[in-house]
Amino acid sequence: MGKLNSKIPDGPLAQKWTKYKASVKLVNPANKKKLEIIVVGTGLSGASAASALGELGYSVKNFCYQDSPRRAHSVAAQGGINAAKNYQNDGDSIYRLFYDMIKGGDYRAREANVYRAAEVSNDVIDHYTALGVPFARDYGGTLDTRSFGGVQVSRTFYAKGQTGQQCLLGCYSSLNRQIKKGNVTMYPRREMLDLVVIDGKARGIIARNLLTGEIERHAAHAVVLATGGYGTIYYLSTLAVNSNASAAWKAHKKGAFFANPSFIQIHPTCVPQLNEFQSKLTLMSESLRNDGRIWVPKMKDDKRPANSIPEEERDYYLERRYPAFGNLVPRDVASRAAKERCDAGYGVGETGLAVNLDFRDAIKKQGKKAIENKYGNLFEMYKTITGIDPYEEPMRIYPAGHYTMGGLWVDYELMTTIPGLYAIGESNFSDHGANRLGASSLMQAAGDGYFVLPNTISNYLADEIRVPKISTDKPEFEETENSAVERLNKLISIKGKQTASSFHKRLGKILWDHCGMTRNEEGLKKALTLISELKKEFWKDLNVPGTINEINMELEKAGRVADYFELAELLVTDALDRKESCGAHFREEFQTPDGEAQRNDEKFTYVAAWEYAGEGKPHILHKEELKFEEVEMKVRSYK
Amino acid sequence: MNLILKIWRQKNPKTMGNFVTYRMDDVSPEMSFLEMLDALNKKLVEEDKDPVAFDHDCREGICGSCGMYINGHPHGPVPAITTCHLSMRYFRDGDTIWVEPWRAKPFPVIKDLIVDRSAFDKIQTAGGFISVNTGAAPEANSILVRKKKSDEAFDSSVCIGCGACVAACKNASAMLFVSAKISQFALLPQGRIEAKERVRAMVEKMDELGFGSCSNTGACEAECPKQIKLTNIARLNREYYKAF
Amino acid sequence: MNKILFSSISKKFVLALAGVFLLMFLPVHLIINLMLLKSDPEPFNKAAHFMATFPVIKIIEIVLIAAILIHIFYGIFLQIQNWLARPVGYVSGNKSDTSFFSKFMIWTGASVFTFLVIHFFNFYFIRLGLVRGDPEDFYSVVHSLFKIPVYNYIYLVCFTLLGLHLFHAFSSAFQTLGLNHRIWTPVINVIAWIYAIALPLGFAFISITIWQFR
Repeated sequence: MGKLNSKIPDGPLAQKWTKYKASVKLVNPANKKKLEIIVVGTGLSGASAASALGELGYSVKNFCYQDSPRRAHSVAAQGGINAAKNYQNDGDSIYRLFYDMIKGGDYRAREANVYRAAEVSNDVIDHYTALGVPFARDYGGTLDTRSFGGVQVSRTFYAKGQTGQQCLLGCYSSLNRQIKKGNVTMYPRREMLDLVVIDGKARGIIARNLLTGEIERHAAHAVVLATGGYGTIYYLSTLAVNSNASAAWKAHKKGAFFANPSFIQIHPTCVPQLNEFQSKLTLMSESLRNDGRIWVPKMKDDKRPANSIPEEERDYYLERRYPAFGNLVPRDVASRAAKERCDAGYGVGETGLAVNLDFRDAIKKQGKKAIENKYGNLFEMYKTITGIDPYEEPMRIYPAGHYTMGGLWVDYELMTTIPGLYAIGESNFSDHGANRLGASSLMQAAGDGYFVLPNTISNYLADEIRVPKISTDKPEFEETENSAVERLNKLISIKGKQTASSFHKRLGKILWDHCGMTRNEEGLKKALTLISELKKEFWKDLNVPGTINEINMELEKAGRVADYFELAELLVTDALDRKESCGAHFREEFQTPDGEAQRNDEKFTYVAAWEYAGEGKPHILHKEELKFEEVEMKVRSYK
Repeated sequence: MNLILKIWRQKNPKTMGNFVTYRMDDVSPEMSFLEMLDALNKKLVEEDKDPVAFDHDCREGICGSCGMYINGHPHGPVPAITTCHLSMRYFRDGDTIWVEPWRAKPFPVIKDLIVDRSAFDKIQTAGGFISVNTGAAPEANSILVRKKKSDEAFDSSVCIGCGACVAACKNASAMLFVSAKISQFALLPQGRIEAKERVRAMVEKMDELGFGSCSNTGACEAECPKQIKLTNIARLNREYYKAF
Repeated sequence: MNKILFSSISKKFVLALAGVFLLMFLPVHLIINLMLLKSDPEPFNKAAHFMATFPVIKIIEIVLIAAILIHIFYGIFLQIQNWLARPVGYVSGNKSDTSFFSKFMIWTGASVFTFLVIHFFNFYFIRLGLVRGDPEDFYSVVHSLFKIPVYNYIYLVCFTLLGLHLFHAFSSAFQTLGLNHRIWTPVINVIAWIYAIALPLGFAFISITIWQFR
C-alpha cells in the first residue's frame, strides 16, 4: 500500500485551504503562456476550469463530444446551487454546510476536501452573479434562496427549475471570452480515446474527430478530466444518453485509481419507464416532495385508477415509516422505500414499477394557483412526457440512476494517481461520500473548476516550466494512437447481429437488478457472472455498420458500452467488497431490524481506491483511511 | 400505429441528399419522436445499413442538441417543445411524416439530419459574455437588481441554442437567438457596462456568418421551444441604435 | 463605423424609417384625393398646384422620392440577402404560425411599385412635360382615368395589395425601430389594422364613386 498520498495540508480544518494557497508554488505569467493544459469536458467543472486557466494565461485546449460546449449535461440540473452565504440569517455557515455534506454523505467523504468545497461556495455565487447568471431575487433586489432536502437552513440559490442551465451558460460565456482572447482553443465533437502517459506523467490525449473519424494527437503539460459521471451505465438514467465513462476509464487503465465506484445515487422522483424503447428517465425535481404526498394502494395489485382509491385504502408509506421527515427524507432513503413497496407488489401503473406522487391535498389546501406558481413548468413537462395532467391525477414516479459519487481518486490538489492528470467535478470522487445532498453538485463542480484547480495545478506546473512544448511524435503517442485505432477496428470488425444499445440495455438491467438501490452478496456474485457472459457475447455478436473514417454514432456507442462492461465489473466488485450499508450503497445483509442502513465504521471508514492491474487480472484495492477530526460520526436517522 | 417516414438522407456535406421512405410499423404512442427514430435505427443496424444520423443528448428538452424539421415545423407541430419531447401521441395511424434537417446557409448539413451550428458559438464568442475574471467579482448582494428586471433577464436567458428560430425564419435570421443573449445582459446592471461593445460585436458576427435579416414575421417566436419573445428583438434593435 | 452603417439592423432601420415617412404621406394624399369627390374641380386643382409648387413641399417631395427609392432599394437588397441565407428550402413547406402577410412583402411591395410607375406616368410626368396632359387640371385627368374600367381594376388590385403590405408594415416598422412597449405595442397593432384597412378603402371609395356615380 502506501500508494495513496492525499496531501492534506496540516493545521486546523478551517485554515488548511488558506494556508495551502499561501504556500503553493506559483508559475510566473511569462511561463504560463508556454504551458499547455488539456481540459476534457465543458460542463460546469470543465468550462469553468478552462476559462479560469485561460484567464491566468495558460494555453488551454478544451474538448467536448457535443457540437457545442453549451450542451454539457450540467445544463440539465434543475434545483439549485448551495452556498454558505447565510443571507437568511438562519444560522448557516461554512462549517454547517461542510457538516451537512459530511453527514449527508454518510461519513465516507474526506473532511478537508468537503470543507474547502463549502469554503469556496460563496465565491462561486459571487462569480456567477457577476457573470450575469439571473438567479432568483427578492423584491428588494437581493438574491433569494430556498431550502432543499436533508438540511435545516435555506441556502440554495436557484433560477427557477433551470439553475444548471443558467450556471452552465455562465461558464460557457466565460469560456467564450477566453476563446475570443485566444487563451482557450475549443475542440468540439471530439471524443477522448485514450490518455498519453510519458515517463509516468500525463502528457496528452488521443482524440477522435467525430465528424471525420480522424484520429488526433494532442499534447500538453497537464491533462484535466472533467468528464462527469457514469450514471448511464444503467442504460436508463437521468443523464444525457451520450454521457459516458470512457475518458475516465481509459485514464484508470493508464494508472489512475478509481474510487468508490459502487456509490451511485438513485434519484427517487423520476418519470417511470413507459415503454421498452425508452431511452431516458426524466428527473422531476426533488422540490416536488415539499408538497406532493407519496403513496401506494394498501391492497396488492390494485389496478383501480388512483383517484378512485379511497383515503383509507392508501398507504402513505414515507409518512408512516419516517414520521419526522415524512416525504422529505433524503434521496437514498426515499428511493429504497419506493423499491420496497413495488417489490412487495404494491406498485402502480401497468408495470407495477411506480408510486403515486399526489398533489390533491396540496391543491385543496393552497389552491391550484399556488401550486402552479411553484411547480408549473414541472407539471407541464410531466404532462408533455406522459400525457397525464398532474393537477387532476397523481404523478407516477420511480427512482432512476442519477449521480455518481464515485469516480477517479484524487488528492487534495485534485490530482489523480497519475502525476499531471487531474479530475474535477463529478468525474472525481472527493466531496459527496456515499450520498450527495441536493444542490451540491453544481457547487462542487464550479468550485473545483473556478477556484480550486487553478490554484492547485500551479503547484505541479511550477516544476514543468523547463519542459519544452511536448512533441506528438514521441513513441508514446504513436503507441497509444495505434492501440486506440486497433480497438476501433476490433469493434467494427466483429460484424455480428446486435446493436451496441441492445447490449447496453441488457447490461443496465443486470446492474439495476443486482447492483442498484439494494444489493446483496448473492445478487452481486450473480451479476459478475452475467456481466462476464454478456461481455463475451458483446465481443462476438456486436454489429457496427460503416467505417471508422466517418461519422459513426454506432461506433461511438460501441466504444462506450465496451468500457461500461469493464467498469460494471469493478462497480460490482466494489459493492461486494464493501460489507456494510452506507448512503446509496445498501447491502441487504447489513441493515437494522427496521430496514435502515447499517454502517460499519470500524472496518469501512475508508475510500476504496482500485488500481487496474492489467487485462484479465483482478483490480488491486488500496484503502485511504478517512479521519474525522472535526465531526463525530453518528447514525443518520430520519425517523 | 403504422407510419410512413420520409427522411432526408445525405452522406456528407459534399454529396447531394435525397428523401428516403421508411415504413415504421407498431409505433407505440408512448414513444418520443427520437425513440421512434432509435427503433428505426435499430432495425437499420440489424440489417447492416447506415442508421439515420441526428444530434441528440439530454433528451429532456434542455441541451438544445436535437432539432429536426418535421412536417413543416422545427421540432414538429407541437408548440413549445423540443424534438426529444415530441410524443408520438400527436401522430395518427397512417400518417406520412416528413423529416428534414435545419435549412440555412450558416447551418450546412453535415450528415442526414445533423447540421453544423457552430455559427451560434461564433456569435457568442464574439461578445456573449461579461468580462469579469475569476476572483474579481464583488459580493453578490452588493449590486441590487430589481426583481422584475431579473425575472425578465431570466426569461431571455433560457435559450437553448437549438437553432429552431433560424430554421423557422423564412430569412434564416438569427435575430431571436442573438436578441435573447443581448437582452439577458442588457437587463442586468452587470451586463450594462460593455453593452455597446457586445451588441456591435455580436451583430457584426451574425451578419458576417450569412444569416438573413429580421422581417418581424414572428415564426421564430412561434417555434421557439423555450418561448423566447419577439420583444427581445425590439430590445436588440434598441440596444444596437444606442451603440452608435 | 462602416460596419455599423451597413449592418443588417442598420439597413432595416433605414428601410423602416423610409417606410414610416411613406406611411405619413399616404393620409395626406388621401385627404387631397377626397376633394376629387366634389363636383367643383377648383379645390383639388388648387391643392395639386400647391403641392407641386410650394417650396417647402418641393423639399418634402425630394425627401419623398428619396424615401421611395431607398425603401425599394433596401427592400430588394435585404430580400436578396434573405433568399441567399436559405439556398435550400423545405419540402414540407413552412407551417409556422406567423404574421401572414409578412411572407409576401416583396411581392405586395412590387405590385405597389408597378402602380407607382403608372401613377408617375399619369401625373408626375405630365408635370415634367414628359407626357401629354394639362398639369393645371389634374381633376379632369383623374376623372377621365377613373372612367376607364381596366384602370379601375388595376387601381383596386394595387390598393388591395398595398393594404396587405401595410398590414405588416405598420407594426413591423415600430418593432424594427426598437419601439416596443408592454401597453403601447398592442395599441399600435390595433391602429395598424385600422390604418391598413381604412387607407386603401378610402382610395378605393374615391375611384369607385367616380367610376360608377359621376
